[in-house]
This record gives sequence, structure tokens and C-alpha cells, in this order.
Amino acid sequence: MKKFLDRVLGTALLPALSFVMAFVISGFVIAFSDSKVLKLASSPGKFITTALSTVGNAYLALFQGSVYDPNLAHGHGFLQGLYPLSETVVTATPLILTGLAVALAFQSGLFNIGAQGQFIFGAVAASYVGFHFTFTPVLHVALALIAGVLSAAIWGGIVGILKARTGAHEVIVTIMMNYIAGFFILWILKTTTFLRHGRIDPIAPEVNPSAQLPHLAGNNFRLHAGILIALAAAYFVWWLLNRTTIGFRFRAVGANAAAAKTAGISVGYVTIATMALCGALAGLGGAVHVLGSEYALTADIAGNFGFDAITVALLGRAKPLGTVFAALLFGALRTGGRTMQSNTTTPLDIVLVIQALIVLFIAAPTLVRYIFRIKNLKTQEALASKGWNG
Amino acid sequence: MKNLIAMKSFTATQRRQTWLHIVLFIIALFELKAFGFGNPANAKTTFGFTLAKEWVLIHTWIIGSATGSYLFSIIALIAAVVAITLIALKKRAGLATAVTGLALMMGFLCWAAAGKFIPLTGMLQGSLLLAVPLVFGSMSGLLSERSGVINIAIEGQLLAGAFASGVVASLTHKSALGLLVAPLAGALISLLLATFAIKFSVDQVILGFVLNVLVIGLTDFLYKKLLIPYQTTWNSGPSFSRIEIPLIGKLPIIGPIFFNQTLIVYLMYLIVVIITYSLFKTKWGLRTRAVGEHPTAADSVGIDVNKLRFRNVLIAGLVSGLGGAYFTIGSTGSFSKEMTSGAGFIALAALIFGKWTPMGAVSAALLFGFADNLQGTLSIIGVSIPSEFMLMVPYIATIIAVSGLVGRVRAPKADGIHYSRGGSH
Repeated sequence: MKKFLDRVLGTALLPALSFVMAFVISGFVIAFSDSKVLKLASSPGKFITTALSTVGNAYLALFQGSVYDPNLAHGHGFLQGLYPLSETVVTATPLILTGLAVALAFQSGLFNIGAQGQFIFGAVAASYVGFHFTFTPVLHVALALIAGVLSAAIWGGIVGILKARTGAHEVIVTIMMNYIAGFFILWILKTTTFLRHGRIDPIAPEVNPSAQLPHLAGNNFRLHAGILIALAAAYFVWWLLNRTTIGFRFRAVGANAAAAKTAGISVGYVTIATMALCGALAGLGGAVHVLGSEYALTADIAGNFGFDAITVALLGRAKPLGTVFAALLFGALRTGGRTMQSNTTTPLDIVLVIQALIVLFIAAPTLVRYIFRIKNLKTQEALASKGWNG
Repeated sequence: MKNLIAMKSFTATQRRQTWLHIVLFIIALFELKAFGFGNPANAKTTFGFTLAKEWVLIHTWIIGSATGSYLFSIIALIAAVVAITLIALKKRAGLATAVTGLALMMGFLCWAAAGKFIPLTGMLQGSLLLAVPLVFGSMSGLLSERSGVINIAIEGQLLAGAFASGVVASLTHKSALGLLVAPLAGALISLLLATFAIKFSVDQVILGFVLNVLVIGLTDFLYKKLLIPYQTTWNSGPSFSRIEIPLIGKLPIIGPIFFNQTLIVYLMYLIVVIITYSLFKTKWGLRTRAVGEHPTAADSVGIDVNKLRFRNVLIAGLVSGLGGAYFTIGSTGSFSKEMTSGAGFIALAALIFGKWTPMGAVSAALLFGFADNLQGTLSIIGVSIPSEFMLMVPYIATIIAVSGLVGRVRAPKADGIHYSRGGSH
């Protein structure tokens, strides 16, 4: 038992410390940008109490907006109070899938910045199958999901093929392909096929009810079956990496491509397969997001899911379970951030600062070790992409 | 000619370049058929050449749309053949390639703007303006990456520069002060980049990415918290006005494009010249390139690799921070949320497209600026090509470039690899 505790503590300590530091620094940013606080700069006592209460209120709203809100529970029961938590899960669902798309690539030594573009292709294809056809319910959902997964797998696979055949660095190619995908969705929403009848703003028709993912907790909650798909995908990635030969090859190439090549593993094949699979995962995220919570495709459908995915994968240390937890955490920050923005004077965007700081500290364990004077802070192998020529 | 048919004896580069020109030739043929012969016979295209009070050679040039397309397609065809021949003879074909591209573009414009007016000088001036942040950004990337540190944080540095200069200029009512703090803001981001990359050996791609998120988050936050509610004090800064350089500012076409601009544009010329010269002609330049290609060798002759890298990354931040000032005090004076909108990444693309050389990067930045402006002009005069596809051009061009379809693009050898003496890297 002690051994187990040590292990948990060892792996969780660095993320926990990074988390604390990120919140403290962001607290300073919140306090020192508040006009109420700044006006009291002449009287130190009041200044400190006002600053603390401003930051405290902001973080309290962040919690109430993402986990449990007693105001909602009042008169409706405890379960209604958990409505924010269900919203957190809804936001985290696509984030788990895009996070896995980045994490899996890390395991093969690739840095997939392209989750955003892959997400868009998944969403576009799923939306098209969803609103354009009618099938029996279960079949329709399955077909829409498959369409999203396949188109995104092709979009991601292109990156793998380019890297394997010509050596084009995946970071550069995926950055560029994100922009191309962004313009693509702007264009396609103007076409007569996609533009909703009678609308001029870029929005597609809603997917047919037969293609919508079922709700899990009644119609008062937006919680949908997508979370089950996301958890299954996380299990699949874990199984693939740890229990199959293909996964072993992925990790071997990730650990040392030259050695893997000497051992007879085709690096090119692994690169293409990884990128296609990553595309598929992110595309599944896009499909689930459209079929589960949005129903209608809009130009901004991808939001920040593809970019947050990178911070999620980094926080989760490219492990499937870690990615799930990290996605839930960042989903909570996003969801709670909206409440914080409307209930206090603190804008949602502080969440981005918190995310960036957490990842920055996790990426630099030496710094954390130095600040907290911890000698044996456990750090796992550093995540690293290789130089431009790698 | 025999050599040409039997492409087997070509080097890889020759083969790739030949293919490129064959593709251009086919495009020219297509243009000749579709635009030259497929045009309404009496439509005319008008090109405008004057903008302000410069000396005038010609005001406007009116050409029959069909005749123009026909003429320029044929020029493109001839130039492409010349280029292919030059490549086969192992001679430089750069000029012929440029003529091919230019003629293709003019032929396209004659067709696209049939019966309409194209302000050519204005379009080129706009292209230069759109290219300004790209040039600053790519120069920043160049300084950092030639010494071996990947700089993906250009976007963040530009945004930090834009924010700092806009806010300071607004609070003090002095645009000069804004210009002073912009480079410092960029350098601050660079300081983080350099510290974490060199001291804590954090992966540079991840780091740059995270720094971008940090700057976007911070500026968005402060924008909503301070700049919107207190707009009159925090976000209504002065901006630079155009300065016309005597005499050369009056030259036809060239004058208004290059020599009637704001101070920031003139600083850009200066920086490009200084960097190009220093990188290839000074001791610092030689050391920078050595450290970026082979740090171990540089170390063995007594160069402090990490110190040089640290310094270069800081200078890079100064340059892109200054470029950020273009967005605020260089144009309207006010800051808006995420106003750099990906310019840092296009600058990175320009750097790569330009093969990590100063002149290449500047040319690529100008080309991307032109593509951007062209889509704006075309959508104003109402051409039926979706603007989204025009906007994709820089990104597609970069993918083609890194895939080695147009000559091999190679990064500095040690770019992105952390150096420690006797280390495993």
C-alpha cells in the first residue's frame, strides 16, 4: 500500500505543484489588473484584503461553474447542483479525443499540432452525413461517426505520408494544414449544400434526430453518449500501445527511431499509421462534438479543442489515462471560466494563462525542483520532438 | 535537348526544377486556351499606375482582356521553355522562372478583371504593408534558428509587441515611447524562450507553442479587463503618419510603394540590410551559422554555444517585438484581440519557404503579402474565385516547399537540438 501511495504521489506531485504555481501566478494577474484593487494601492491593508477577495471570488465562481453550484441545487435537489459538472464532461469529451490524438503521436515521437484541422474534417463529414441522409437511428449515428473518422484519418494521413516520403517536418505541415482546414470550413459553409436554407450566416442544417447521440441523464442535462465513446477510445489507445505489436512498434520508433529501424521496424509505415490514427481520433472528437452537443456545423465548431489538446496531452504526459484526467481538468477550467466571466469581472481568458503556466512548469521540472527544494521529484522521460531535420 | 528527354542523367534538383517548369508550362497552356480565347472579345482591363502626386509616366494602361491574356500566356510559355533549357544546361534559371510566374499572374489578372479597373500600384503598396509583420517575424525566426533555437513563439512576440506599444502609446500619448517598448516586450518573451530552452533544456517546439498560448491568454485577458472598459485612456493611442522621402518618393510606381511609408517600414529595410550583411560578412554571423550547424565544432574552437544562442534569441525577440508595433502604432493606433491573427506562423512559413536565408525569407514574405492582398482586391472587384482558396496559398506553398517539390529545403542542422558539452545530443 505504501508503495502504491508513493507511486501515485510521485507521479502526481509535479502536476500538482505546477497546478498550484499556475493558480498563484494567475491570481496575481487577476488582482493587479482589477481597477477596484488598484485604486486602493495607497492603503496596504485594504489593498491586500480586496485583492484576496477578488481572486477568491473569481476562483470560487470557477469552481461553481465547473463542478457544483449550491444555487442551482437550491429547491431542485443535489443532482441539479451537479449541472456544471455535467457541462464540464460535455466540454471534456471532444478534448479527451483530441488530446489522445496528440498523445498517441508523442508516443511515436511525433508532434501533432494538427488536431484542430483533423477535428474540423471530422466535424464536417459527420455533419454532412448527419443532415443529408436519413437512416435508422443506430446505423445513422454509426455511419456519421465513421464518415468523420475516415475523412480526418485521410487528412491526418497526408501528414504521415509527406513525412515518410519526403521528410517534411510534421510540425510545419500540421500548422499549415490547420489554416487550410480553417479556410476550408469557411468556404464549405458558404456552399449551397451546407448553408442552411434561408440563412446567410455560416451555419449548416442541424443533423437529423436519428444521427444525434443519445442523452445519458435526461433532457435537462446535455450530457451525451460521447463521453462513453471518448473513454472507450482512451482504453483502445492504452490497449494498442501496451498490448499489441503495432503499439510496441509505435513506442519503439518514438523512443529511438534509428534503433527501431535497425531492429527491422519500418519507420515510414509507423509514421503514416500513427498520423492516420491520430487524425481518426481527433476526427472522432469533431464528429462526437457535432452529433452530441452542437448538432449544427458552424465556422467556429472547432473552437479551441485542437489547440487545447496539446496542453492536455502534455499535462497528461502523453498517457491515455493522464490525458483523460487532464481533459477533464481543462474542460472544467473552460466551463467554469464562462461562469466566472459572467458572475465576476474576471474574463474567461485567464484560463488560457493558467493552462499555459501549468504546462510550462511541467515541461521544466528542474525549475519546480529548484523552487520547492525537492531533491527527488519524480519526472518521467521528457517529451520531445526532434529538431526540424529529425 | 537529348539531355532533356533523357531526364535520367539529371541530378535530383534538376529533375524537380524541370518538373516544376513543366507544370508551369501546362498552366500557361491552360491559361492561353481558357482566358486568351475564352474571353468576351470586347471587354477591356484597365491597370491603374498612379496613387498620389508622384511623377507620372503613365496613368492607366488599357488593354483588351483577351489580347492581354493571350499575350502574357505566350510570354509565360516562352519563359518556361527558356527556364527548362537553362536548367538542362545547368545554368541559373531564377530570372526565367520569375518572368514565367509574373506573366502567368498578369495574364490571369487580364482575364479576372475583364471590364474592370485594377489599381496596380495601390495593390503592390498594400502587399508591402501586409508583408511588414511577416518580414519582421521571419527575420526574428532567422536570427534564432540560424543559431539553433527553434522559434515558434514569433506569433506571441508579435502580439506582445503590438499590445505593449499600443498600450504605452495610448497611456503616454507618445508613439515614440510605444516604438521603444515594443521590442522590449518581444524580448521578454524571448527571455522566457531562451531561459527555458537553453537553461532548462525544454523542448523548443513545445515551449514556443506554450508561450504563444500564454501571450494570447494574457493579452486577451487584459484587453477585456482594461482596454475595453477604459478605452479612452488605455486603447486610443496615436499612430505614425507616412513620411515621403524627398526625390525617390516621387519616382513613378516605386516611389509610393517603397518610399512613402511609416517609420516602421523604413526600420524594416534597415534591419533586413543589417541582418543580411552581418550574417554573412561578420564574425558574429559566422559564429551564429557555425553554432546552428555544428555546435560541437564551434565549441571546440572556443565559442560559447549557449551564450551566443541566448543572445541571438533575445535579439530575435527585439526584432519581432518591433514588428508587432506595426499592428498598433504602425496603422490605426488601437489594439484588438488576437490582432496578429496568425502572422507569426505565416512568418515562420516565409522563413522556411525562403530556405532560412534573409533574402529568401523577405521574398517569401512579400509573395505571401501579395497573395493576401490579391485576394482582397479580387473580392472587391467581384471575381468569382472563393477568397478562402486564395488565402490558402501561403500555407499550401509552404507544404510544397518543405516536401521538397521545389528544391530541397533544409533547416540549420542543429536547429532545435539542445546543446550541452559532452551531452548525449
